[in-house]
Amino acid sequence: MTSKEIISLLPYEQPFLFVDSLSAISEEGTTGHYTFKNDAYFYQGHFKNNPVTPGVILTECMAQIGVVCLGIYLMKDMISENFQPQIALTSSQVDFFLPVFPNEKVTIVSEKEVFRFNKLKCKIKMFNSNEELVCRGCISGMIKPSNT
Amino acid sequence: MEKNELITKLKSIVEPYIQDEEAFKNLSEETDFVKDLKINSANLVDVILDVEDAFDIRIENDEMEKMLSVKAAMDIVNSKLEAK
Repeated sequence: MTSKEIISLLPYEQPFLFVDSLSAISEEGTTGHYTFKNDAYFYQGHFKNNPVTPGVILTECMAQIGVVCLGIYLMKDMISENFQPQIALTSSQVDFFLPVFPNEKVTIVSEKEVFRFNKLKCKIKMFNSNEELVCRGCISGMIKPSNT
Repeated sequence: MEKNELITKLKSIVEPYIQDEEAFKNLSEETDFVKDLKINSANLVDVILDVEDAFDIRIENDEMEKMLSVKAAMDIVNSKLEAK
């Protein structure tokens, strides 16, 4: 399964898709990239006259690349034409170290901790373009294939 | 494993994941993990994984689906321990 196919199966679209590309994917983890767009809606309010990417959006970006893309890859054998994964975020614990400004490109590296009974738990790190650690944490979700 | 010992062990395993304190205090063999303790589906998986670690057993998908009450968990754990 190619990264393009995985991205096309993601259940997100603009303005809430936070995956540009995946550069590595295996049963054990993913590496992916996203550039935060200058005109993203959340910069209008976070913060007043001082646009900084919100931590919840960084967490979402980590979850989309690190957990959801990996989950789709791990479920590849169950994928059919009508494959529509049902997904839910079930827990997140993230520590933040550096701010991410508009137009910054980030790299997310995810490592699978557990994938059993449709629950996927990953350790995830985000780096900026200087390869500095922006944030790291542990995110879990449930993923179920549903053929509609 | 002796019944009360097993219930005590299961009680300590589920404690971090329960939502209903009252049902937890009154935990018995009849207690349902989802209906009574209000454990969510993701944490139910954590309960299963913690049970596996605590008793050094491996639980399969079909068994996991049945493991919805204290009684069902006790039966599965005991049958696994006997089969060891």
